[in-house]
Amino acid sequence: MPVRLSDFPRIRYGMPGNAACPGCPEAMGLRYVKMALGDNAVLVMPAGCSSVIQGYEPKSGINFPIMNIVFASAASLASGMKAAFESQGKDVNVVVWAGDGGTGDIGFQALSGAAERNDDIIYICVDNEAYMNTGIQRSSLTPAGAWTTTTWTGKKEYKKNLPMIMIAHDVPYVATASVGYPQDFIDKLRNASLIRGFKYIHLLAPCPVGWKFDPRYTAKIGQLAVQTGLWPLFEYMNGKLKISPFSRLYRRPERKVPIMEYIKLQGRFANLAKDPEKIKILEKEIERQWEWIEILEKATNNKK
Amino acid sequence: MVMKTLTGNFAVAEAVRLARAKVIAAYPITPQTTIVERLSEMTEKGELEAKMVRVESEHSALAATLGAAAAGSRAFTATASHGLLYMHEVLWWTASSRLPVVMAVAARAIGAPWNIHVDHNDIMDQRDTGWIIGVAQENQEVLDMTIQAFRISEDPYIYLPVMIALDGFILTHTVAPVEVPDQKEIDEWLPPRRQPYIVSPETNIVMGNLTSDDDYYMMRYSIQVAQEVAKKIIEEVDLSYGKTFGRNYGGLVECYKCDDADYVMLLMGSWAGDAKEALNILRERGINVGLARIRFIRPWPSEILKEKLKNKKGIIVFDRSISFGNVGQLFIETASTLYGMTNMRGVIAGLGGVDVKPEDFVGEVVAFVDDVEKGEVYDTIRWLLPPKYRDHKLGVTL
Repeated sequence: MPVRLSDFPRIRYGMPGNAACPGCPEAMGLRYVKMALGDNAVLVMPAGCSSVIQGYEPKSGINFPIMNIVFASAASLASGMKAAFESQGKDVNVVVWAGDGGTGDIGFQALSGAAERNDDIIYICVDNEAYMNTGIQRSSLTPAGAWTTTTWTGKKEYKKNLPMIMIAHDVPYVATASVGYPQDFIDKLRNASLIRGFKYIHLLAPCPVGWKFDPRYTAKIGQLAVQTGLWPLFEYMNGKLKISPFSRLYRRPERKVPIMEYIKLQGRFANLAKDPEKIKILEKEIERQWEWIEILEKATNNKK
Repeated sequence: MVMKTLTGNFAVAEAVRLARAKVIAAYPITPQTTIVERLSEMTEKGELEAKMVRVESEHSALAATLGAAAAGSRAFTATASHGLLYMHEVLWWTASSRLPVVMAVAARAIGAPWNIHVDHNDIMDQRDTGWIIGVAQENQEVLDMTIQAFRISEDPYIYLPVMIALDGFILTHTVAPVEVPDQKEIDEWLPPRRQPYIVSPETNIVMGNLTSDDDYYMMRYSIQVAQEVAKKIIEEVDLSYGKTFGRNYGGLVECYKCDDADYVMLLMGSWAGDAKEALNILRERGINVGLARIRFIRPWPSEILKEKLKNKKGIIVFDRSISFGNVGQLFIETASTLYGMTNMRGVIAGLGGVDVKPEDFVGEVVAFVDDVEKGEVYDTIRWLLPPKYRDHKLGVTL
């Protein structure tokens, strides 16, 4: 279902004066979540930058009902909320908004549990590729080669492929998105909200502070991640994996934007930018990503 | 009303059914497991109309319970020992969120090494979290206390979670006759769910975001106020329950033959039964002993203890737990109330399920009384060692 910008509600969901940094992808993403789901949603947030963006009680920088919770159990809290709404006969979208740490690391057990139980929630991993709220430490979702305050010479390990891990949980919906493509993200949120069971959306969220780029480029870097092939957009639904339109354009290797266009804008890859040998680590990452996706695309679309 | 033979764990399940909990989330752990099993059976067979969230850990169990409570439903969980410790972080979050929740805890030793038997260190470790913590003596009280816990937790003056502890195996797995009230009676006695707020699209509120230090301080103060008020409300609930169902337990403390006693044993949990037997033996021997059984360690019944115990010749506290580097926790609590008012001694006994018999209580009380009469209460902590280690030399000489 194509989404047009003119269809979006005009209500302000991110309030002026909230505590987000300039160019914050989380503030952008949160707006899109509410634009897509409307008022019938409750947000569950573990610790992270979004805990700060809300600001001080008794006010909130985000025009949403939100239940904040400790790091390790956001998915479980959402499961409990959903169970309560169900028992009250209410159809409410319970949405987890968690960072890469709250999703792939400290919150992973709860995520895996809720996915396996196929609890009827939408789980959004807003992935800024490091522990930004504590000051840019590496996470399992930090890409190889990236500088963080705990990987001064660049991370040695590859990014954990969380979307694939979620597909392996056999949940009804898994998708990737980028704040660079709001229409695509909103489209996916709306698709997810129509499905019963566990829905996982992995939103790439380029962080100007942690990735060291000019705050005006958040959306652009979000787009470049897709155009270089480093962050392929896809949607896994009804047991089939489909590559999303914005990634389909850059599918063939010769169509892909050179990775250098992506890294040269980001201070965290300064080490790589200086050394063409080191760039190979990200080229390999792109290959790895596409290899998985193409295997799954083929396997899921050929089955009867 | 119907009489059933129930284990402590099944008594918990019956109480949860009668309270009409709507969401249950729990993770199995010995000796709590049969609570989850029985509640799963009840929900699947339609005896209890509730959603069961079969979580993957205790941390998630309490988080899911809290989520259900936040969304406006009566929610319940149960755990023990390491499960309770694993929940610790969420215990704080739950109490500080001021959401009514009830949890049963099958009190059990903490590792290492592994030990599945009764011990109070798991519950004692949670005293600071803001939860109201009750400890039952026998299976009937387990059922009654669990039902009462919902009313206490959901009282608008309180709005704090309530934990009910029952001794591992001694209560959880031992069958005893239990009077189970009728659903109709409970429906009349237990008001519908009340809570301070609901997080939902209609309410559009944010819960748990940052706050100024000043507001944070005042929120902490308000929990203390609720705990203080709870002292009175727990007594009232106990009286009201007694009026309807014919069973009173004495509110925060069960004072058994305290009034005319010279000396008082102070303890909590299932071994109060053995202590009462010891008390009768001691009285036959002319030692005038009473028993103060702590039913709630939070809120701590300081006023009642002061009133009832300050003029006694001596108080002997039996702890089934220890705060390493100091003394037993019940002793610490009691001393915080009575220190300087009377002679006191703490006995560390029964750790990890070591059996403590009535004659053990008798021996400790006799020794204590001797020392008090001689004016020689020097050791405030004594170890009642397991029988095979009774000759073990205590302490080290450097």
